[in-house]
Amino acid sequence: MSGVELLVAAMLSAGTPLALAGLGLLVNERAGVLNLGAEGTMLVGAVTGFATAYHTGSVTLALVAGALSGALMGLVLGWLVIWLNTNQYATGLAVSLFGSGFSAFVGLSYVGKQLVERPFPRVPVLSDVPLLGPALFRQHPVVYLAMVAAGAIALFFYRTRAGLVLRSIGESPVSAHALGYPVRRIRLAAVVAGAALCGVSGAYLSVVYTPLWVEGMVGGRGWIALALTVFATWRPGRILAGAYLFGGVTMLQLHLQAQGVEIPAQFMSMLPYLSTIVVLVLISRNPLWIRLNMPASLGKPFFPTG
Amino acid sequence: MTPPRLELRHVTKRYAQTVANDDVSLVVNPGEIHAVAGENGAGKSTLMKVIYGAVQADAGEILFDGRPVAVRSPHDARALGIAMVFQHFSLFDTLTVAENVWLGLPPSARLVEVTEGIRRKAAEYGLDLDPEKPVHVLSVGERQRVEIVRALLAEPKLLILDEPTSVLTPQAVEKLFETLRKLAATGCAILYISHKLDEIRALCHRCTMLRAGKVTGTTDPSKETTASLSRLMIGAEPPRLERGPPSLGDLALEVDRLTLPKIDRFGIALDGISLGVHQGEIVGIAGVSGNGQQELLAALSGEDPRADEGMVRLFGKPIGRLGARGRRKLGLHFVPEERLGRGAVPTLSLASNLLLTRDEALRWLGFIDRKALRDQTSGIMRRYWVKASGPGAVARSLSGGNLQKYIVGRELDAVPKVLVVAQPTWGVDVGAAAQIRAELVALRDAGCAVLLVSEELEELFAITDRLHVISKGRLSPPIHTAEATVELVGEWMSGLWPGGPAAAAAATAPAGAPGAPAGPGSPP
Amino acid sequence: MIRLEPRPVPSLAMSVLSPAIALALTVAAGFVLFLALGKDPGRVLQVFLLEPMNGVRALTELGLKSTPLVLCALGLALCYRSNVWNIGAEGQFLMGAIAAGGLALFVTQESLAVSRWVFLPALVLAGAAGGGLWAGVVALLRDRFNANEILVSLMLVYVANLFLSWLVFGPWKDPHGFNFPQTMAFAAQTELPRIVRGMRLHWGSLFALAAAFVVWFYMFRTYHGLQLQVGGPSPAAARYAGFSARSAIWTTLVTSGALAGVAGAFEVAGPMGQLTPHVSSGYGFTAIIVAFVGRLHPLGCVLASLLLSVFLIGGELAQSRVGLPSALTGVFQGVLLLSLLACDTLVHNRLRLGRAR
Repeated sequence: MSGVELLVAAMLSAGTPLALAGLGLLVNERAGVLNLGAEGTMLVGAVTGFATAYHTGSVTLALVAGALSGALMGLVLGWLVIWLNTNQYATGLAVSLFGSGFSAFVGLSYVGKQLVERPFPRVPVLSDVPLLGPALFRQHPVVYLAMVAAGAIALFFYRTRAGLVLRSIGESPVSAHALGYPVRRIRLAAVVAGAALCGVSGAYLSVVYTPLWVEGMVGGRGWIALALTVFATWRPGRILAGAYLFGGVTMLQLHLQAQGVEIPAQFMSMLPYLSTIVVLVLISRNPLWIRLNMPASLGKPFFPTG
Repeated sequence: MTPPRLELRHVTKRYAQTVANDDVSLVVNPGEIHAVAGENGAGKSTLMKVIYGAVQADAGEILFDGRPVAVRSPHDARALGIAMVFQHFSLFDTLTVAENVWLGLPPSARLVEVTEGIRRKAAEYGLDLDPEKPVHVLSVGERQRVEIVRALLAEPKLLILDEPTSVLTPQAVEKLFETLRKLAATGCAILYISHKLDEIRALCHRCTMLRAGKVTGTTDPSKETTASLSRLMIGAEPPRLERGPPSLGDLALEVDRLTLPKIDRFGIALDGISLGVHQGEIVGIAGVSGNGQQELLAALSGEDPRADEGMVRLFGKPIGRLGARGRRKLGLHFVPEERLGRGAVPTLSLASNLLLTRDEALRWLGFIDRKALRDQTSGIMRRYWVKASGPGAVARSLSGGNLQKYIVGRELDAVPKVLVVAQPTWGVDVGAAAQIRAELVALRDAGCAVLLVSEELEELFAITDRLHVISKGRLSPPIHTAEATVELVGEWMSGLWPGGPAAAAAATAPAGAPGAPAGPGSPP
Repeated sequence: MIRLEPRPVPSLAMSVLSPAIALALTVAAGFVLFLALGKDPGRVLQVFLLEPMNGVRALTELGLKSTPLVLCALGLALCYRSNVWNIGAEGQFLMGAIAAGGLALFVTQESLAVSRWVFLPALVLAGAAGGGLWAGVVALLRDRFNANEILVSLMLVYVANLFLSWLVFGPWKDPHGFNFPQTMAFAAQTELPRIVRGMRLHWGSLFALAAAFVVWFYMFRTYHGLQLQVGGPSPAAARYAGFSARSAIWTTLVTSGALAGVAGAFEVAGPMGQLTPHVSSGYGFTAIIVAFVGRLHPLGCVLASLLLSVFLIGGELAQSRVGLPSALTGVFQGVLLLSLLACDTLVHNRLRLGRAR
């Protein structure tokens, strides 16, 4: 494959974990809950996914395990933040710290272990199309899952009543409560669903993307995904676009190294983090623009007074 | 004989510290407009929450169409045919009118049908409403119409309205009354919650008075005078404020063609506002909320320093760019509308809250002299009758009235040269309100210049010497309060002063509308 | 059915009890976990919680471990009270360590004979400058561009880590170090003087205690400190009063960055004696937990740092004596913070039985 094809292929596969996590966070934030526990949730998803894949040999089961463990973390965060009204920032951080410690602990027995390589199905016909065929259509099914998820989420939010209700809760939980909607239950469902997506993202990382377990292997993608939701103004399509762009940046460092550019490896590794900062600066410069698009109740506690 | 639409028998609701509703009984018949009146804290809101299912009563029964019912949630209420228009709208700004209404209706309806239904109902009642518009572009009056249409589409048998006119001009109030009369004529019963006695006399067939949780009387308001209703509501005649004519000194505060673009999409731009306040007078600004008062106040207090220097002048000195602390040093003090969260920090003590605007207890390098601070706070609490456990009491543990007395006292104690005060008696019990108003008059008599921004016409007519009206970010010319009538002020609130913004959306009532509230000077 | 009912005034008693209850819950969770792992819970808890306090040497080690925690947590407490969510203390710690390490390396390489009285203040300044500048970047981006300080400070942690890695693998690597990623050992004159001969506890700990007092005084006895605490919970009140929100952002971030940087400097010039990629064992993140457990109060931070040092040392001891991986400490820290947040709801709410009315 040529350089462009490699880049496109890499963008898709490297961007997918960001896309999945970003979509999960989108669902959370549209309901008004800020989930700073994304990184920890992804780590837990990664370690459970790897362990499951190691013991069962099944990638599908691993992804399911990732989703379930992510959902569990979401349940903890959701219960604390929605029912006990704990500070969303502190609780999210606590979940991340816990997830980090927990995954390091559980992952100890899996460091250095290898997974059985399994070929995955390729899209017939299309994957043999010259030029971008292989790049676009020989990806792992999870890559397409992310795209389908983005479409499904967009449909949900903008074409269904349930999606409208969720959006309204994100904008004004007080009004939604006054109209009789079970705000807390719906929010919890959104948090759990979003966290499950983060868990799948983590599992993808440890089982498909780089099939191994290393402590802290998520490497800040959970945090980057948080920036991504703002960058994408909380729209599913833009999250995909942003995720693939970021994926491209990650690949840029390898590409540059391959070209023989003489920059130390550590500085290349800084690229994703520095680009995140640049993106944050660019999108935050106009607070008016953010306020127009942000779910108005994001990060604020909700007290259903009688 | 048809049974009453709604009957409450001996309903009681207790909260931790108080009895919100104490053995309340009332009857509303089909087609009747029934007022539930009382001052703030009398228990009106709680009673409505019980009827609407948001809270459960501790004792008593509710009968609907003669049958006992248990209203355990707003769902049950809606199933019975009870609809409610809240004082604070349950609307979602980023969604359209149709989507907002849809969310308030049972899921079975489809959005397209709802949109059609909105058009039909709006036409039927003569309400001007476009279902496709996003709510955030609507005025306050239009937003209320969305709430009302939403309630009407549910084909209610009982409609509850909670303080619906606090955000309307007098002309828009008349339009609302027309809508309600039409609705009542179809057989719907209406519960009208208010503390505005003139409106109750104009609209309602019967009135139940609440005071401190108990029913003090049920009457036909058209047969009562404002004084007799007032006696039922607060147990006494409305307090009369004696004051002499103003003795004017220098021009203390001057606003010269103040123009400010809006800060965000939800704000109002200020356009060429000019006014002057002399020492020794109280100037009032009337207006329905959302017409630029917040923006004007922020520009005057220094919280918004974007104005050109010369647009705001203090004794001739340009202060348009000066921050809040700088303005206080020059003698300009401000009492904001919001007590908790702006006038005082809820989680800090009264003593710490003193430091927000006063710096007498500060020493070298910002060190706080705690004893001096405590003494200063106790002094203010004594002089202004603030009931609290001491200077260490946390701000949010005080009642609304006491906290307001403390905040007003804090600013008055600084002996300001100019005092700007917003909604000083909102949510405050009658005794504290009277005290605060008396303090403001005393301040004026002592030579201070006072600017009072309020939505309560009654308050403005009671204590101001001159009056402006603010509408859509523009200010009317001043008028002597003695020469003003409620009708005139109402017109001006819609922007209809000579040279003002012609407000096409304002519902203009014919002059001399029947039942329009009387102005000062006419017999009670 | 149990439900929560808001209290009119927050309960002071619960404010103090809540960390204790959270600790009890964490210990209970540990008990269960150890049982599940097939170890004797009593023995493990003893090693984990009691051994670290056993004896004078152990206590000095506690003091040593809690020094960087206290310094970082003090700064974070200041930030969080003002609603400035600095998560990058770890990065600020590393930059302080790098700055101090650079200074010490220079002295060592040039074999400069500097007096302690000159070098140590210079060390503190270097650490403060390194951490303060790194936090200053966060403040700048937040102030000028409204960029969220949580994400920026966190991204900068990763960047700082990579920067340190580059330094010790590259230009600062000890040429005689057998290619290990570390600088040469710093000369004796750069070492922080110890308090007690034979123990590792150094004067940095006393600095930390002094810093706690200064921060306490600043928070509760000065006007400027009060301003910070208004802006956090009530930004509208801060605007009304005329307090500068921008000033709060800069003050809290740069101060906490400087404190974290000094902590890094002490770590490098103290027990480590050289720069390696493992200068910090996550002190910056543990400090977040210390700050919360310490109720964002300087005295609380001191006590909480001692508690968390017990956890840290206990974890190391448990690994060597009972065969439990020290990664467990991370789990307990997380559980402690989560329990604390849950228990904290009782400060503002009461538990009530019965149906919601």
